Amino acid sequence: MIRAAIVKRFAPGPESAAFQLDIEFEARPGVTVLYGPSGSGKTLTLDAIAGFVTPDSGRILLDDRILFDAESGVNLPPRLRSCGYVFQNYALFPHMTLRENLAFAAHALPRLERHRRIAELLEHFKLAAMAGRYPHELSGGQKQRGSIARALIADPRLVLLDEPARGLDAALRADLYELIQSLRAALSVPILLVTHDLEECFALAERVLICDAGRIVWRGAPLDLLRNPGTAAVARLIGGFNLCDAEVLSLDPGRQTSLLLLLGEEIAGPYLPGCFKGDKVTVCARAEDLRLATRPGDNRIRADLLHSVDRPQWVRAQFDRGVTVDVPREVWRALQDDGKRTGWWIEIPPECLRPLR
Amino acid sequence: MAIDWFPLWLSLEVATAATVISLLLGIWLAWLLANKQFAGKDLLDALTTLPLALPPTVLGYYLLVVIGRPTWFGRAWEAVTGSPLVFTWKAAVIASTLHAIPLLVKSSRAALENADRAYERAARSLGASEWRVFWRVSMPLARRPVAAAAALAFARSLGDFGATLMVAGDIPGRTQTAAIAIYDAVESGNTLLARTLVIVISALTAAIVFFANRLERRRPGAPA
Repeated sequence: MIRAAIVKRFAPGPESAAFQLDIEFEARPGVTVLYGPSGSGKTLTLDAIAGFVTPDSGRILLDDRILFDAESGVNLPPRLRSCGYVFQNYALFPHMTLRENLAFAAHALPRLERHRRIAELLEHFKLAAMAGRYPHELSGGQKQRGSIARALIADPRLVLLDEPARGLDAALRADLYELIQSLRAALSVPILLVTHDLEECFALAERVLICDAGRIVWRGAPLDLLRNPGTAAVARLIGGFNLCDAEVLSLDPGRQTSLLLLLGEEIAGPYLPGCFKGDKVTVCARAEDLRLATRPGDNRIRADLLHSVDRPQWVRAQFDRGVTVDVPREVWRALQDDGKRTGWWIEIPPECLRPLR
Repeated sequence: MAIDWFPLWLSLEVATAATVISLLLGIWLAWLLANKQFAGKDLLDALTTLPLALPPTVLGYYLLVVIGRPTWFGRAWEAVTGSPLVFTWKAAVIASTLHAIPLLVKSSRAALENADRAYERAARSLGASEWRVFWRVSMPLARRPVAAAAALAFARSLGDFGATLMVAGDIPGRTQTAAIAIYDAVESGNTLLARTLVIVISALTAAIVFFANRLERRRPGAPA
């Protein structure tokens, strides 16, 4: 298990604003994803854990070992931290063959064990035929697997993956996700993965930490992220949410329901704990949770279609008043009535509305 | 009249020794300047550049002040080896080293600083000691620019005149290097010797510069 609670301040530079990394988290064996926009401090967090960046204060614990503790002055050098770091651009040594790259990492193992381990990993990552090649003679996917193999050779107690899917095409991405899932099953160490790709986050994460401006603003299971983003900032970071201001007209704790004034209509919603009648709240709803209708009805609001965008499995329809609805393609085609449809209603299922802080 | 090749051989020997010494010392200084933060770093940086800017005779004068017979260094040397250091080929090696080292430090430092730090980080994270990182990763990645700088340093030590003359003198058959021999030959009207040495030194230096430029043009890090 890895536990980190660190603060690192950066003074403003000629080309950069001041920045403060202030994070606290723990990760158990399994894949923990650090998700956030670029510049939110994700890679910096990995660098601090691996020992390339020295925090100003705090401590980092890996299992029972102290990697860093500002108070007692402990700051292990990177080579003693047992972190298998897979760098963004792979960082395979260009002047060594793939086998030499692995041998470099297996340096500390006894000689026989070293050869066995190198052969084993080359085999496992389907690289045995390429062992004698230099990195520039390998494809992107091979380099990727090579750098993961190299990071694993010395049995790290923590694996750090920095945007591993960057620059890979869709097919290779799928292979990579499969590979990471097999690693997760084979290794009993925490895997920290940095990404700004939400799909990757859902494909791999058991737990998600959302970073924004140097802080962790949300933590939990990926599916909870869609159910309850918690704050408007997180909802905006993830995307795909409709955010809307509403007024609480009435609350019914017995039936666990509420009545909201939303976009000028009375809309039934879920019970909002901690709210009072007359409160102004911000609620959100996933674009795929809203439904489209062609005539008025309960919990429906009138809307005008602005435009629609085709996506692989669904259509994203943009309406006025900032409402976005994702509809399955067949449903969309049926509703659209050969493009002649002009009147639209959006149905808001009460349970899909979530209050935001 | 037969040509005395001794000055040329001496020059080559002195330049080889000076290049080896400045490689060892220069790479260490370059590594220090590229990787470490310490008090007096700017001063060290300036000191390593100074021999490039100072007139060679001034450099030679300072050397005499430091390693001359009456100085503590000179006396210590004599006590240990039994003979003085100045006005020997060894003094010429010291002068040439000082003459060549700024070039090596500057180029090596640039090469070490320009190398992608991700490789060094990767090496450290894979459990390598600083020594191993340097010899297995940093140096191999910087080897072309460093080799090019060493070639130029060799050419520079081959051509040193002022500093060598000051500390090693002009003793034919003992400390007279090619550059000094050319001056002597011109002074004494020995045109044949002067021309021969000039042509040989020019050809040699041109070859070295050509070689150094080729080395530098190759992309660093790409296997040969």
